[in-house]
Amino acid sequence: MGIELLGGRILAPYFGSSVHIWGSIITVFMLSLSLGYLFGGKLSTHSASLATYGTIFFIAAIALLPIALSSQWLMEVIFINVEDTRYGSLLASMALFFIPTVILGMLSPYSVRLLVKSSNESGQVAGKLYFISTLGSALGTITTSFYLVLWFDINIIIFGFSATLANLGLLAILINKTSRAHKMEQTNG
Amino acid sequence: MAKKLLFGLGLFALASIAQAQVIHQERSLYRNIIVEDNGDLRCLKFTVRTTKSQQSCFLKSQPQQLVFNYTKLLMTSLLVMPEPKRILIIGLGGGTMSNTLAQLYPQSQIDNVEIDPAVIKVARDYFGFFENSKIKTYNQDGRIFIKRALLKKQQYDWIILDAFNGDYIPEHLMTKEFLQETKALLSKQGVLSANTFSLSNLYAHESATYKAVFGDFYQVSNQANSNRIIIVSRNGFTANSLNKNNIKQLNSTLRTFGIDIYSLYNSINFTLTDQNWPKNTRLLTDQFSPANLLNTQ
Repeated sequence: MGIELLGGRILAPYFGSSVHIWGSIITVFMLSLSLGYLFGGKLSTHSASLATYGTIFFIAAIALLPIALSSQWLMEVIFINVEDTRYGSLLASMALFFIPTVILGMLSPYSVRLLVKSSNESGQVAGKLYFISTLGSALGTITTSFYLVLWFDINIIIFGFSATLANLGLLAILINKTSRAHKMEQTNG
Repeated sequence: MAKKLLFGLGLFALASIAQAQVIHQERSLYRNIIVEDNGDLRCLKFTVRTTKSQQSCFLKSQPQQLVFNYTKLLMTSLLVMPEPKRILIIGLGGGTMSNTLAQLYPQSQIDNVEIDPAVIKVARDYFGFFENSKIKTYNQDGRIFIKRALLKKQQYDWIILDAFNGDYIPEHLMTKEFLQETKALLSKQGVLSANTFSLSNLYAHESATYKAVFGDFYQVSNQANSNRIIIVSRNGFTANSLNKNNIKQLNSTLRTFGIDIYSLYNSINFTLTDQNWPKNTRLLTDQFSPANLLNTQ
């Protein structure tokens, strides 16, 4: 949500602040999240592990970087070639936000897979996950729009998000390693 | 039936107490638009309650007279520029600025840019906004219009930025990058005049940004309704850019519009001698432009 909010800012210099800008951004985010859920669910059926989970975080962190690093020339090219700002902004949102949002969307179903131990508790786990992720979205929205934009450049905020994701990914991989080492010890002992 | 009658009576009573009558009201994609008649005075408003949000007013019996202080203040720009042949107005309002300039300079070309199609329609229907082969209106975001005009290698002698009302600021029309684009669209002696704010934290940030792009600038402000006009030029102003060379002639032409150019001359400030914001103020850029948040502080 933090990224989605910044999306409006990033597009405004090239595509203005008309309502259809938000139409484009929200459409692309919804579309990519829906695909991300699908792919994430599919991926979780193949030997799900915390290591893969961490890797998804890591890839998402990298996929965010072009929003900060390549948005200028990308939007310039689209601006020159597409006269209609509706399709211009839709294309630009696609180019900038599609890939990172698909990857971020994969995390939700994958989390369900990792946390559910029995089918009995699956509903509760999913409920908790929805709770946390939607609450997180709310917090991300309010801190970004109320404070972060008042303190930092847009690119700095994006780098911040990216670094956070990368760290979470790293953490997941580390936990995975230590718990595996733990298991090995147990089986050896 | 009785209810309807009561409701109607209530409305009538309200209208007569305020002595103002809403003659048109609509909710557009961007805002509420209200056209209000108060005796001879007709005003365009964007919210119901505050008087601060009056966008454009004119006297029905004397449509030439500029009622609004800031439209008069904008005319100060004529002291520091040659007669403009190509004029760009960003933010139409009731179209009073366009109408006035069309009368002042019938030979000049005027392009109006307005993001809200409903505002354009209201200007045409209720404010006598007129267009012809020389006066055109484009329904577009101001920044997009300027970017496209640059691609077409167009130039303007006078750009008037009047896109800010009290309630919401289009933040992408206040950044360093936007001002650089606007500067590139000015002809050699071209001037940009911006109708903007003189209160709140935004004042310092906005001033610093204009100075960074254009150098020292002239400004006239009106403490009463917190408007200020920033006047900058492509070449940059020096202390003697403002002179009385054409003031007599301007005075005779502007009097019919209710403008006293001599008092405007006296109220103008130059930032070279009169800089009243801290030197290290952070500039507004496309990366950092929380104009609306700053405006509330």
